[in-house]
Amino acid sequence: MSKPMDQYAWQEIEIGGVLTEPGNAREYNTGDWRSQHPVWTKSRCIRCGVCWTVCPEAGISEEPGGYFDMNTYCKGCGICAKECVTGCIAMVPEEE
Amino acid sequence: MGHRVGMEVSIAVSHAVQMARAEAIAAYPITPQTHIVEHLASMVANGELEAEFLNVESEHSAMSACIGMSAAGARTYTATSSQGLALMYEILFIASAMRFPIVMTVANRALSGPLNIWNDHGDIMAARDIGWIQIFAENGQESYDHTIMAFKIAENHKVLLPTIINLDGFILTHVVEAQEFLEQEQVDKFLPSYHPRFTLDPKRPVTMGAFAMPEMYTEVKFAHEMALRNSYDQILKVWKEYGDLSGRYYHPVERYKTEGAKVLLLIMGSLAEVAEIAVDELREAGDEVGLLKLRLWRPFPFQDLREAVNGADLVIVCDRALSLGGAAGPVMAEVRSALYPLAEKPAVLGYTVGLGGRDIQPSTFKDVVRLARAELAQGPQQEFHIFGVRG
Repeated sequence: MSKPMDQYAWQEIEIGGVLTEPGNAREYNTGDWRSQHPVWTKSRCIRCGVCWTVCPEAGISEEPGGYFDMNTYCKGCGICAKECVTGCIAMVPEEE
Repeated sequence: MGHRVGMEVSIAVSHAVQMARAEAIAAYPITPQTHIVEHLASMVANGELEAEFLNVESEHSAMSACIGMSAAGARTYTATSSQGLALMYEILFIASAMRFPIVMTVANRALSGPLNIWNDHGDIMAARDIGWIQIFAENGQESYDHTIMAFKIAENHKVLLPTIINLDGFILTHVVEAQEFLEQEQVDKFLPSYHPRFTLDPKRPVTMGAFAMPEMYTEVKFAHEMALRNSYDQILKVWKEYGDLSGRYYHPVERYKTEGAKVLLLIMGSLAEVAEIAVDELREAGDEVGLLKLRLWRPFPFQDLREAVNGADLVIVCDRALSLGGAAGPVMAEVRSALYPLAEKPAVLGYTVGLGGRDIQPSTFKDVVRLARAELAQGPQQEFHIFGVRG
């Protein structure tokens, strides 16, 4: 979408609400929802990628060097922290 | 031009669908719609209609399948009635919101309970707000004509809305009537093949039926509202073009002997022809009563109605359905609401008639006129009346 959702007038909406542009879900920053986020302790991380594998929302990206970090789509569900093999991921409340 | 046939109205409607070259049909049989889809199924099986006829296990599936087939770009038709329409309910809104030009015949029948297979408008009035174009036919000829026209209206790119043609169950569906059919070449010229705005095509991928966040839902609904309102002009254009072709011209509000009438009856559907007889008899007796027949129910023809009641003191709306606990029948409530902004307006009284197949004769309408006049003289005592209810 060429602009944020709340700036569309009714005349600009395609007939039947059809979306003609593929992949525009990536413009919706679902990370807004979270109340906590994962923090990796790199010294304990073995770069196995289990966190990346189990993330249900592709909210984790691989960084240079093979480590992992959350991206703007992380909703803070905590599955990565629960499944981390070495326990290197801690869920930290958003306000901290 | 055209040829005359004598046949049951349901079969005539199935021929209209055949002549319109419907490409996809999904339907489930229900009294009194059955003959329409039975004949279509037989036409497809016999190779007389080049279409996909999908047998489904319910009306919920029928409408869902129609959406899929319309999304794939096919000219899509279905028909139902009463409980079947009720079972489609949630999908009806989706068909119109996604702007699929499905054409559906509703053979109007009372809703259960108590179980009743006979005619009234309770089924379609419960589905009043589904966002479809809704038209009422008065006889077999109109049922045939409006079925063909419905495809042209619905598929117009300025419209793209599903369309319902209402015809009274049994009173129309099971009656043999003399009708004039167009020739196939005339229909083909009038109704070119359907060119969808979008289809499910991997070469041009789109998302249909996406969800809308609170930031968008209001705008999407308003776009639908404007599409339905703006369909009015296109409906009139198609009716005019068909009139030039067939000699049969249709209007959103039909007037019958309304010249100088101070009292107007207003009704939708086949009972309008019974009311005509009552008006004829009243006029012969020197009583200047007229009749309005509401053909276009959605979008509601506000301006036509306001013009049509000009000069009348009393409009008697004869609903064919109830809105239990509400203002009156749905048509009366709508008419009163439409006339309310006028500086000078007639009184509007509601007399619901013909529920669940209760027989209505010309004398009924004469009685209704007499009762309404008396009520107007002494001041309305209740919100509305159900004519002929015992006790």
